[in-house]
Amino acid sequence: MNEMTTIARPTTLKDWETDQEVRWCPGCGDYAILKAVQRTMPEIGTAPENTVFVSGIGCSSRFPYYMETYGFHTIHGRAPAFATGLKLANPELDIWIVTGDGDGLSIGGNHTMHLIRRNLDCQIMLFNNEIYGLTKGQYSPTSRVGTTSPSTPYGSVDRPAQPAAFALGAGARFVARGFDVSKELPNVLKAAHAHKGAAFIEIFQNCIVYNKDVFEDFAAPKGAEDRQLWLKQGEPMVYAKGTKGIALDAEALHLKTVDVVDGDWEAAGVIVHDVTNRSVAHMLVEMRFGEFPMALGILYDDPRPTFEADVVRQNKAAAEGKKADLQGLLKKGQTWTVTEGGPEL
Amino acid sequence: MATAVEDRADGERQSPLSDAVVVRFAGDSGDGMQLTGGQFTLSSALAGNDFATFPDFPAEIRAPQGTLFGVSAFQINFGSSAIDTAGDAPDVLVAMNPAALKTNVPQLKPGGLIIADEGEFNDRNLAKAKYDANPLEDGSLAKWQLLKLNISQLTMDAVKPFGLGNKEALRCKNMWTLGLALWMFDRDRQPLVDWLNAKFAKAPDLAAANVAALNAGHAYGETAELAGPLKQHHVDPAPVAPGLYRTLTGAEGIALGLVAGAQLSKLPMFFGGYPITPASAILHHLSRLKEYDVTTFQAEDEIAAICSAIGASYGGSLGVTSSSGPGIALKGEAMGLAIMTELPLVIVNSQRGGPSTGLPTKTEQSDLYQAVYGRNGDAPMPVVAARSPGDAFECAIEAVRIAVQYMTPVMLLTDGYIANAAEPWAVPDLTTYEAFPVEFLTEVPEGGFKPYGRDEKLARPWVKPGTPDLLHRIGGIEKEVDTGHINYAPGNHQAMTDIRKAKIDGIKVLDQVVELGAEGGKLAVVGWGSTFGPIHQAVRRQRAQGADVSHIHIRHIWPLPANLGELLKSYDKVIVPEMNTGQLKTVLRDQYLVDAKPVNKVSGQPFTIAEIESAIEEALA
Repeated sequence: MNEMTTIARPTTLKDWETDQEVRWCPGCGDYAILKAVQRTMPEIGTAPENTVFVSGIGCSSRFPYYMETYGFHTIHGRAPAFATGLKLANPELDIWIVTGDGDGLSIGGNHTMHLIRRNLDCQIMLFNNEIYGLTKGQYSPTSRVGTTSPSTPYGSVDRPAQPAAFALGAGARFVARGFDVSKELPNVLKAAHAHKGAAFIEIFQNCIVYNKDVFEDFAAPKGAEDRQLWLKQGEPMVYAKGTKGIALDAEALHLKTVDVVDGDWEAAGVIVHDVTNRSVAHMLVEMRFGEFPMALGILYDDPRPTFEADVVRQNKAAAEGKKADLQGLLKKGQTWTVTEGGPEL
Repeated sequence: MATAVEDRADGERQSPLSDAVVVRFAGDSGDGMQLTGGQFTLSSALAGNDFATFPDFPAEIRAPQGTLFGVSAFQINFGSSAIDTAGDAPDVLVAMNPAALKTNVPQLKPGGLIIADEGEFNDRNLAKAKYDANPLEDGSLAKWQLLKLNISQLTMDAVKPFGLGNKEALRCKNMWTLGLALWMFDRDRQPLVDWLNAKFAKAPDLAAANVAALNAGHAYGETAELAGPLKQHHVDPAPVAPGLYRTLTGAEGIALGLVAGAQLSKLPMFFGGYPITPASAILHHLSRLKEYDVTTFQAEDEIAAICSAIGASYGGSLGVTSSSGPGIALKGEAMGLAIMTELPLVIVNSQRGGPSTGLPTKTEQSDLYQAVYGRNGDAPMPVVAARSPGDAFECAIEAVRIAVQYMTPVMLLTDGYIANAAEPWAVPDLTTYEAFPVEFLTEVPEGGFKPYGRDEKLARPWVKPGTPDLLHRIGGIEKEVDTGHINYAPGNHQAMTDIRKAKIDGIKVLDQVVELGAEGGKLAVVGWGSTFGPIHQAVRRQRAQGADVSHIHIRHIWPLPANLGELLKSYDKVIVPEMNTGQLKTVLRDQYLVDAKPVNKVSGQPFTIAEIESAIEEALA
């Protein structure tokens, strides 16, 4: 988010749509995410001209073309680096990075890590569909073991990266999760924007051509209450209509699921979600779906000073009281003057 | 280099120590030879000599003491007339240990003087330098004059009153040596004394010990003069135009030129860099210049360095990145994006020996193909090459000018030799430089806003994000003419490829001049970059002997000056000395169908004047 971007001029969803024909496959989860973002922007009240969408390469990275803002579709994996230079050049801009599991965690994993550890003020939307879509269906760094694809006809053997755990491990101060068609997604985006610093959002996205319904086990509307844990600040971590909850096994130091009887979550030892609790956040991002519900919403949110603010502050302090006298600078160092009488210091 | 207003070099020098002298200080990496050389350089400047230097140090940070690969050397050529190179063969070699002697003595001129610290020629050091016998004793140095001094002991004696430990006392050896060198060339010690006192202001004992060592070395020269080969020699000042001078390295020249370019274009500068030898010095210089509206960013890798710079250019800053060959290779894809999105950017390549890691601390000019051709697709990009530290200042400004006026990335080539070498530089008057302020597009122009519309130079408008009413998207996918929308149509790609090429081909650069000699004749020696010095001096000497030879030195490698083809065709023969296997030669043959012949050297060392002279003689034979 950016403090400077709040403006009086109201916008509507239409103001954020471009005249470009959207070129994703019919039924792609990206459409839902695009709509969610376009619906959220008027609500957070930023100005389109102060907003920049920066992307890498991949299906998700076509996103900027469809947002009536400034946009930069860059090269594979490097969007965080472009965003860093752009934000340092103009800290007033509100920057959204759009990336995918291949773009942001494979070819660009290094940049994602450094953007997060530096804590550049921006929103990072990582569309995770567990597949390379634009290159026609190869397995990706988040594909589950055994994924068959053109490049892994006998099934993939390498263990997948976990985006939220990766982000938190890199030092993220904001980690959230949502999925393409979730009605909660705009709220997640709003919270990410409200966070000053690098806000990392993993968005599960359904690639209907190459990895159809891979998230159906938790994203399907039917039975969703039993499989989704929507985290809310200050509220107990309960799901399944309040009949189950997440508690801490204090001896083994890990989370466990407990039954909540008659709504008495306290008696069951259910934890109250505190978005600033980093230890619990580490456990939430590692929670294995199946044994546990899928943790969604704001997993962690505890701001720290941002990179660009510190750079600006240091630049100002270092320049304090000094004049930009280039002619004077040229004359510095080991100098001497040649006169008719010869050289002298 | 060549600040002297009048050239007095006239063919072969009669006496080895006459109007110009070459001194080489060589020692272990820890002996402080670069510092000694730097201070001797200042003293040469104050004596009014013209000079050029060549620091030659190992890639290892702290190579094991006494080893052959741990030798660090600094060569200076100073004289009373124009000096173009750091000199071919040294007249004087100061060898602080056996390894320094072994690696450097082969280059010493026959009859030249060796000053050796015999205190370091013990069994252990001789073994490390792989000497079977002590060369100071076995007569193997007979073709040179040898002065053996126990510099270690003499230094220890001189600094004894200051109660330093053995190790600290021995660190003063380089000042003792410098003191002796100052006496040899009749130099004033006071500026060095002042410098030492300032340097060790917080440790007065160290200051006093170093001054004592300096004085002792000087006094040794005075008293020992009559005994042996040591003679005092005075080199007259070179006739130099009055004005303010300073020493300037190439890295300083680039950094200052970039700042000047940013000021002339009225832009803040953003510099994205990643540590790499020998380019890091530019990042170091710029990171201290915050008050000049310079933001420096040490990125996580070379790719992030250039991408952040492009991001900053997109945001309205002057984006700059810098590296050496291996890092430039990593930046290739991003350069293509800057070409496609038509954003200004300056990419500095401080070339070093390649391929791969190659020779990180040695010089080479082998990235010319990479600069001109090294990207995927038809991706034309201007290339400017600096010939010397002072010229690097001018070239940096030129690179910025082209980048912002034509909305294009520009490659600025320098090399390890220019980056580290120092030369006297007449401080320019900035008011004499014409400003080229950038005008961003801030409102919808008449006829509507076209992100890929063009001005008379074929440059597209530069719009800063944050500007109302000019919202648009850019990216690496082929752009539609004018609108900049994604467009894969065959005709559109042809049109855009043609436009990108025409824009770069149409860049206005100054006509090529002949540096020395005449337009037309028997032979042109065509160079670029840091070979300027040896080519210039060699052509001057050959002309003094009556040879019909001219020197042409190309700054604009791409696009080439409009008159260059005709100019080259006005000579019977063209030779192209390069520190590579013939890269500019290939470009010239391709562009002009001239029979340019290569003269190549890829030893990690600059050309000597003699090598170029032989090439000229051979071509004219």
